[in-house]
Amino acid sequence: MGVDIKVQDLNAWYGPVHTLKDVTLHIPANNATALIGPSGCGKSTFVRCLNRMHETTANARAEGSVMMGNLDVYKDASPVEIRRRIGMVFQRPNPFPTMSIYDNVASGLKLNGYRKRKVLDEVVERSLKQAALWDEVKDDLRKKSGASLSGGQQQRLCIARALAVDPEVLLMDEPASALDPVSTSKIEDLIFHLKTQYTIVIVTHNMQQAARVAEQTGFFLTGKLVEFAATHKIFTSPSDKRTEDYITGRFG
Amino acid sequence: MPEFGSIPVPATQTGTPQPKTGGTLEPATVPAAVAAPPSEVRKYLREQSSGAAIDSTFAGLMVVCALSVIFIVLLIVFVLVANSKLSIHAFGWKFFGSSNWDPVNGSFGALPFIYGTVVSSMLALVIAVPLSIAVAIFVLDICPLPLRGPIAFLTELLAAIPSVVYGLWAVFVLVPIVRDQLGPWLVKTLGWTGFFAEPNFGVGILTASLILAVMIFPVICSISRDVMRAVPSSQREAALALGATRWEMIRMSVLRNARIGIVGAVILGLGRALGETMAVTMVIGNHPDITKNLLNPAHTLASVIANEFSEATGDLYLSALIEIGLALFLVTIVVNAIARLLVWAVTRNSARATA
Amino acid sequence: MSTPPNNPPNPSQTPSVPTPVASMPTPVASMPGTAAPQSGLNSISLPPRSAQTENWLKRRRFATDMTVTGLSILSTAVVLLPLVAILGYLLFKGASSLNWAFFTRVPAPVGQSGGGMANAILGSGVILGLASLIGIPLGIGAGVFLAEYGRGGVFGNIVRFTADVLNGVPSIVMGIAAYALIVAHQHHFSAFAGGVALAIMMVPTITRTTEEMLATVPSSLREAAFGLGVPKWRTILSVSLRTASPGIITGCMLAFARVAGETAPLLFTALGNQFWSAKLNQPIAALPLQIFVYAESPYDEWHRLAWAGALVLIVLIMVSVTLVRIFANRGVLKGGQ
Repeated sequence: MGVDIKVQDLNAWYGPVHTLKDVTLHIPANNATALIGPSGCGKSTFVRCLNRMHETTANARAEGSVMMGNLDVYKDASPVEIRRRIGMVFQRPNPFPTMSIYDNVASGLKLNGYRKRKVLDEVVERSLKQAALWDEVKDDLRKKSGASLSGGQQQRLCIARALAVDPEVLLMDEPASALDPVSTSKIEDLIFHLKTQYTIVIVTHNMQQAARVAEQTGFFLTGKLVEFAATHKIFTSPSDKRTEDYITGRFG
Repeated sequence: MPEFGSIPVPATQTGTPQPKTGGTLEPATVPAAVAAPPSEVRKYLREQSSGAAIDSTFAGLMVVCALSVIFIVLLIVFVLVANSKLSIHAFGWKFFGSSNWDPVNGSFGALPFIYGTVVSSMLALVIAVPLSIAVAIFVLDICPLPLRGPIAFLTELLAAIPSVVYGLWAVFVLVPIVRDQLGPWLVKTLGWTGFFAEPNFGVGILTASLILAVMIFPVICSISRDVMRAVPSSQREAALALGATRWEMIRMSVLRNARIGIVGAVILGLGRALGETMAVTMVIGNHPDITKNLLNPAHTLASVIANEFSEATGDLYLSALIEIGLALFLVTIVVNAIARLLVWAVTRNSARATA
Repeated sequence: MSTPPNNPPNPSQTPSVPTPVASMPTPVASMPGTAAPQSGLNSISLPPRSAQTENWLKRRRFATDMTVTGLSILSTAVVLLPLVAILGYLLFKGASSLNWAFFTRVPAPVGQSGGGMANAILGSGVILGLASLIGIPLGIGAGVFLAEYGRGGVFGNIVRFTADVLNGVPSIVMGIAAYALIVAHQHHFSAFAGGVALAIMMVPTITRTTEEMLATVPSSLREAAFGLGVPKWRTILSVSLRTASPGIITGCMLAFARVAGETAPLLFTALGNQFWSAKLNQPIAALPLQIFVYAESPYDEWHRLAWAGALVLIVLIMVSVTLVRIFANRGVLKGGQ
């Protein structure tokens, strides 16, 4: 089951650039939360701070508090341990090209030393079914490489891979932006189903997508969280003028 | 009020759905009979350590490997210097100025070897550089496409042939040619210059230079080709648009732009020629002489080491040879460094220009 | 690009250099056959050229072009001639000398025929095996460090520079170093010393190719692994190295082929051995070493063996170079995704 995430006064820097400024919000469990905003507003940086992925970049720094349930993400665990509990799907599909489909999905477990074949088989099947990819690849699991699938299938493979480790939270950084409309709608359907099991945070620059899948939406602008409310409210009666400007397409 | 009637809002957006209890999964596409409870996976991963200890060890191992590279070079320098001390103390700088190489009497002067090295390398360059550039131009601009691959492959092969095989061929094919045909012809036609005179045994500076030229050709050619290829095509097109012939275009745009890099390639070839040992040893005659006659046997810094090291008696003798090795080491490092700097500067600038 | 300054063309000089763009006078004045240039319009005024000069210039330029083209074609042929000559001669001489005895027998006593170079082949195998055992792990490790840990740092740059320096050191100097370090202290020549000398020659090549191949692995793959909570060491092993492995193997093969033919470093480390020996602390025979010794000898029989040995060496190297090309092409496609 998913957990909630409480963020308090999160600040982030890439080198000297102050990319996130005093962000505070509460992401409820088993919900989908969308983060929208123009390019460069810090929404991607924000989600990367949630699972400490920003630390893989040199000169990146974050201050503030992120609580996942009762766990302090920054103080109570190492980045590696956090990332096993908070999964991530990236903008461009990145399956491992030297591994088969099966190995790709199982990679989160196998690369962490898990060996039990029977459980792996079940986990792979479950994850691929959750990602709505099972029917398309079930005959070629070990024969085809992860990179031989189409773009939309690759992204669903990456989602299956992230789900296989049974995270509590799933972060999705513009997961459908590189995909065609058919794949995009498939992935949106996925999110719909997945949010009953996991807490989902989805970054998107597509407002209609946010409106379709998320219960809450947060609007970011130049590193600050301008507004965070129920999706319905943000899109029909936003409290902040900047939100209204963005939504009506006046900029961004 | 913005109009949002057209944006579909999911029907479930009326509040947080109640979290489901238990570990069963019910996305619409999954049949109920899915097996293992996910919590085992979670439990396993929760118990896994973060691998920090192994991370540090692994990183440390890699650092050790990287350090070993530096360590190796330092070790070589140290060993060379330490073992040359004897000879340095005995002869000082005169070592490189004296042409008296007399192991029997314990006096060592390296001038003949410097002479042999310099002359054979220079002559090899004189022969190889024009050919290399001509072939590079050919492969880049003139050669029909299907031939390019095979010629590139052949050049690679030429570069891969070991020195001793070149030497073998030189001994049995090149030496007789120089002795019986090329040498006498040169003496006849150019003997008045003093560069070609009897006696001619077939082994000597000329032969060594010829085989050196063959050996350094692939290096100079392929790097020249890379450097010339790095010239942006806008330069070539500009020249052609002005009505230049092919050669004029090459000279105006390609050669002019790439000349620094070509100089770098040439110096790189020089570096190789300076250090070349086996083929040279086999055909240079191994005689420490300084004469104008190119058909005379001679010696190079590398070939004297190859020839006399394993039979060197006495610490001074050995130390003198090691000092020659040290000199060779320093010279080739400097030459190679200059060459790489030039090539890097050119390819970097053009990469920036085209970026 | 800065156009180098050129003197304005003077028809009395041989105008074989076409005017570079910067100093090109305005079109009107330079058109062939124009009458006197308009005064006051240009600082450079070309006296008119007669049609005869014009023709002569054109033909001359054309002739130069043809000459140069011809020269470069000729050069290519001339240069490839030694290669063809060497290979042809080798095949001719070597093939006739190659027989089973070559691969199975040790050299016969001087004057007798029927010997072989089996000991040299074995010896080369031993030395190269030792060199690979030492050189490949060190080289790959250093390459991994440069690509995964030392990307921008000063230390990384020093290592890179040092590897390049090491690459340019003449192989005979490596032999001297190995001699001074090992042979001098042990007071005897050994296969071990030869192996070490060759190992330090392999390290810089393997380091650079490993680093370059690892750099072609897209960082998105590493991110994917990190995102799954895979620790860095495991990511490097199972993602980076695995993806780049075709290229890395290629690099190792290249280094191997290069040192397989090296003679100079073995001259006073492994020394050579007429007999069957595989001991690490004894002098040992090696194929290129034996070829050298036999070539310098006065015996025809040994010359024959030298040719056969050279052929074997060349075939080995040709196979490596070809395999490397095949691997490189496949590797680029596979590893670069």
